[in-house]
Amino acid sequence: MSTQPGMSTQPAVSTQSPQLRADLLAIADLIEPGARVLDIGCGDGALLEYLRDRKQVKGRGIELTEAGVLACVRRGLSVRQGNVQEGLADYPDQSFDIVILSQTLPFLDDPAMVLSEMLRVGRTAIVSFSNWGHWRCRLELLFTGCIPVATDLPQQWYESPRRQPFSVTDFAHFCQKIGIKIDRQIYMNRGLRVRTGRFKNLLSTTAVFTLQRA
Amino acid sequence: MTAHSVGPVYTQFFTFAEDEPFGLESGESLQPVTLAYETYGVLNADRSNAILICHALSGSAHAAGELDGDPTRLGWWEETIGPGKAFDTDRFFVICSNVIGSCYGSTGPASIDPATGKPYGLNFPVVTIGDMVRAQVKLIDHLGIDRLLCVAGGSMGGMQVLEWAAHHPQRLRAAIPIATTAHHSPMLIAFSEVGRQAIYADPAWNHGAYYDKAQKPDAGLAVARMVGHITYLSEESMHLKFGRRLQGHEKYGYEFETEFEVESYLKYNGHKFTQRFDANSYLYVTKAMDYFDLTQPTGSLAAAFAASTHVKFLVISFTSDWLYPSYHSKQLVSALTAAGVDVTYLDVKSSWGHDAFLLEVETMTNLLSSFLERLVREERVAAPSGYTPRPHPISRSNDLLPRTRLADNLA
Repeated sequence: MSTQPGMSTQPAVSTQSPQLRADLLAIADLIEPGARVLDIGCGDGALLEYLRDRKQVKGRGIELTEAGVLACVRRGLSVRQGNVQEGLADYPDQSFDIVILSQTLPFLDDPAMVLSEMLRVGRTAIVSFSNWGHWRCRLELLFTGCIPVATDLPQQWYESPRRQPFSVTDFAHFCQKIGIKIDRQIYMNRGLRVRTGRFKNLLSTTAVFTLQRA
Repeated sequence: MTAHSVGPVYTQFFTFAEDEPFGLESGESLQPVTLAYETYGVLNADRSNAILICHALSGSAHAAGELDGDPTRLGWWEETIGPGKAFDTDRFFVICSNVIGSCYGSTGPASIDPATGKPYGLNFPVVTIGDMVRAQVKLIDHLGIDRLLCVAGGSMGGMQVLEWAAHHPQRLRAAIPIATTAHHSPMLIAFSEVGRQAIYADPAWNHGAYYDKAQKPDAGLAVARMVGHITYLSEESMHLKFGRRLQGHEKYGYEFETEFEVESYLKYNGHKFTQRFDANSYLYVTKAMDYFDLTQPTGSLAAAFAASTHVKFLVISFTSDWLYPSYHSKQLVSALTAAGVDVTYLDVKSSWGHDAFLLEVETMTNLLSSFLERLVREERVAAPSGYTPRPHPISRSNDLLPRTRLADNLA
């Protein structure tokens, strides 16, 4: 609650929360101050708020859920309710420097279309996703016969929304196929950046990539 | 209840176009024009904290407070405007004016035609949403306000908001169109026309010349209002509100009496409406809505907002509103996005149909107050002198006013 004249009479929603999810912090590090940023599937707006307060970005969000949109509006963000695939179509070409898609790729019906739209409306795309190629997932399938739950995306196969597991190597092949170049690569294991050497797919639980048109 | 009200308010009047006629979109003109308006709160030193509220079809300038100090005559958006409420009258200077063509003090068909000394009746020129808004621009000029912080309104009020943003973009910083459309659909025109036909069919209407008669076209106007009320509800809200319950009957009477609760509700509201609204005004105001189409003349809605890229939008629709379905708002949001406008949008989950914009108080208050908070920060709006923030946010519970009362005040 602020006590300054001209400020809020509303209880502010945690504007000082520095507890940003690890992959979001990694994404934030990749963004230049003052950039124009679109975060699709922006959830409660934690990343956009962080980018606005720390990096003075001009941020916009797209979010499907009412709770997410309300949380974003409470943070004073500009956010549109809508699904990722329809929402992007309205933006003019190259209207953003960066378009972010964090932990959403496995939920998309048409990831090729979304990535290509991201690189139409933005110069650079940043994606983060859970890696089912991690050694733990491999062992889990081998020894239990159960489809593994990704370490950084604790969701069972039957839970909603439905997701499609894939690995870092799958994603690299996919990008090659649709003409997208993976630029910067950050690999994380349970929230910490890791040096994976040649074993990126084996040792990372989450990957953060910047993407550009090849 | 009244502790959170703006307290006693008095309708004021502003008359213009006394020397020069006020030209209308139809090519006709009016001379002079009077607008009834109310204001709440205090204008700050640099006149940057003014918010214009636009009312819906049957609304008036009395949006908040106790009219003439009567605590039973509360404003139509009492829940949303007041000290510590979404449109916080401690911080903002809130204005609401009655549209031209209406019957709550602004010039309309019941006003005296200076040429004849008698009420205009059907000699009153047809007005448009554009004309209503240009009259509001004159009022804002008169109040010495160069730029409104925001223009907000639901339903027909939302059309005025869009008209402001599209055609007077330099006069506002933000726009909040709620449960509305940028172009009136054929279905909306159809409902308007059924209402008008009900009035035409009433012999007492007498081609609009009834002001000196004992008998007014109340039967026609009541039917028009009943049709309106159906469109403001949803099938689900009718189930919740009335079900198939009987009113004052234990069992079916097998006769043409008012038996079902829903019948009784419509009849009551239809009748009540005739005591507060003018049949000719109903014709004029519905006609103004039917003409509303921001896609004209280019055919592109995005083109309508090409000069509005600095205006920040908060667009709100409601999932069960079938009168102004969410897709109208989504099309608007798409067009605004394509034009490069900063737009925030939410389709609020609600069972209350079009009425939701007056009933979903908690979600609306969250959205509106957070959005206004952001405007204050980004546009650096100073609070009026003497402003002290309230120690605790005021409870915004829905029981401040009974739901039915609010719904009856609608639109």
